[in-house]
Amino acid sequence: MINSIVGRKLALIGLFFLITFCMVSASWAGPLDSFSGEKGDIKISGGTAHIPVMKDAAKNIMNYNNDISISIAGGGSGVGIKQVGEGLVDIGNSGRKPKDGEISKYGLKIFKWAIDGVGVVVNPENKVNSLKTQQLVDIFSGKIDNWKSLGGIDKQINVYTRDNSSGTREVFWKKGLNEGEITNKANFVVSNGAMKSAIANDPYGIGYVSVGHIDESVLPVTLDGVLPDITNIKNGSYKIARGLYSNTKGEPQGLAKKFIEYMFSTEGQQIVIKQGFVSVNQ
Amino acid sequence: MINTGKFIEKSFFIAAIFSAALTFIIFVFMIFLSLPLFKGGLFFNILGNPWKPEHGIFGVYPMLIGTVLIVLLSLCWAFPLSLGSSVLISVIAPPRFSKLLKKIVQMMTGIPTVIYGFVGVFLLVPFIREMFNAGSGMNILTASLMLAMVISPTMIIIFTDSFENIPQAYSDAIDALGGSAIQKLIYVILPCSWKGILTGLILSLGRAMGDTLIALMIAGNAVAVPDSIFESARTLTSHIALVIAADFDSIEFRSIFTCGIVLYMFTTILILLVRFLGRMSLKNK
Repeated sequence: MINSIVGRKLALIGLFFLITFCMVSASWAGPLDSFSGEKGDIKISGGTAHIPVMKDAAKNIMNYNNDISISIAGGGSGVGIKQVGEGLVDIGNSGRKPKDGEISKYGLKIFKWAIDGVGVVVNPENKVNSLKTQQLVDIFSGKIDNWKSLGGIDKQINVYTRDNSSGTREVFWKKGLNEGEITNKANFVVSNGAMKSAIANDPYGIGYVSVGHIDESVLPVTLDGVLPDITNIKNGSYKIARGLYSNTKGEPQGLAKKFIEYMFSTEGQQIVIKQGFVSVNQ
Repeated sequence: MINTGKFIEKSFFIAAIFSAALTFIIFVFMIFLSLPLFKGGLFFNILGNPWKPEHGIFGVYPMLIGTVLIVLLSLCWAFPLSLGSSVLISVIAPPRFSKLLKKIVQMMTGIPTVIYGFVGVFLLVPFIREMFNAGSGMNILTASLMLAMVISPTMIIIFTDSFENIPQAYSDAIDALGGSAIQKLIYVILPCSWKGILTGLILSLGRAMGDTLIALMIAGNAVAVPDSIFESARTLTSHIALVIAADFDSIEFRSIFTCGIVLYMFTTILILLVRFLGRMSLKNK
């Protein structure tokens, strides 16, 4: 009698543990499992649009396994490609597809794990929230230099741009400005984040950021009637779109390989969506 | 037993040799890497040309002008401010108050530049923008004002030190003659400490030249040659910081060595000047 009760209790407890174990392992199953028992570090640099996603992914991985450390630096797409090519980092991010010359020179392997757009932004105080492509070209070339002629207040337009290593700049210049000139009076900022805070602080400024970075601190400008947001990028009506890439020198090895696999897992793609980008798994 | 005295002496010697060698090695490294630039006068081309990467022109002339304007203007703000503050600290203010002031100034030297940059971006930039209706507010004036804040504490400390180093006998003499504090300042302290003032000025000039963050954060970094102090400009240092991220083997990247050499030579000249002045003042004593 007693034995059987104890036995039953033990069995129950055992079952309880089994179920919890199953649940726990189910919730951790898949993407992060491959990181268990690993040790070492992953060095990542390059595109600044990628950083929010990279940070979340790195946090999940490092929380799961304390022996792995992941460092994430910015610098811009050009830097990401150069540094991974020179072997300075394990993964080099770029907000543009690496050029054929770069791919062949360094033997890059390219992984596109999200789709992003580049949106024109102004300060929320600005009344001008819609532009035609030609107006945009004229603003950035310096031809239009006052908000008044666009229906805004009588203030000089402050153009903000990124340095030459920026993939965001490259994509915006090609698809937004049709390779038009950018005035040499433009202010330079060094990352998507810096662009956002510059525009958020300057009521007369105009700039461009990764769509994933647009929040209430800046006002997205509709371009030829199309708002730069996820829906319009997904259905293809917003034209200034690009992929977000992670590149490795040759086939990715070890932890870098696992990191990239994680980016393509359901969990990785959920981070992509959460940070305001379009998932590639759709 | 090892002779401890000799051991310590040797390790100090090695440390000294090492740091001296390091400076020298950096110089050689700079010359070596920029050697291709000196062929065919490219160096001077870079110095005199505008920056138009899309047209294959990689001149740093606008940055040279930007640097000179920002640095000189910041000295214009900082010098009177520092001179006034140090006169207040070492001559006019009552001892307890001046001690407090001195402590505050010493604390200010320890504040990281990035903090000043941050304050500049969020307080000074909007103020200048609205006050002078001056574009984005990120311009030469704003950067020079903030830079003046950065270099002033050093200048004040050097000035006060030199004010307080004048021979006691001189000070006693003017007191005995019944001179006021202001008379003491004008007829004794300032004439006696002009070398200290000059040293402070030159050192802060070097500091202002070498500072990167302030200009990078609040001068706007535009590559046009500025027409007025209300226009955005880029300094040599922030140009290096911006371009070093771009490319490793282009002419674009080489151009930053031109910036580096110009900065290096400028600092060297400044240091030699300080040394020279120091020797002169030693001889006089």
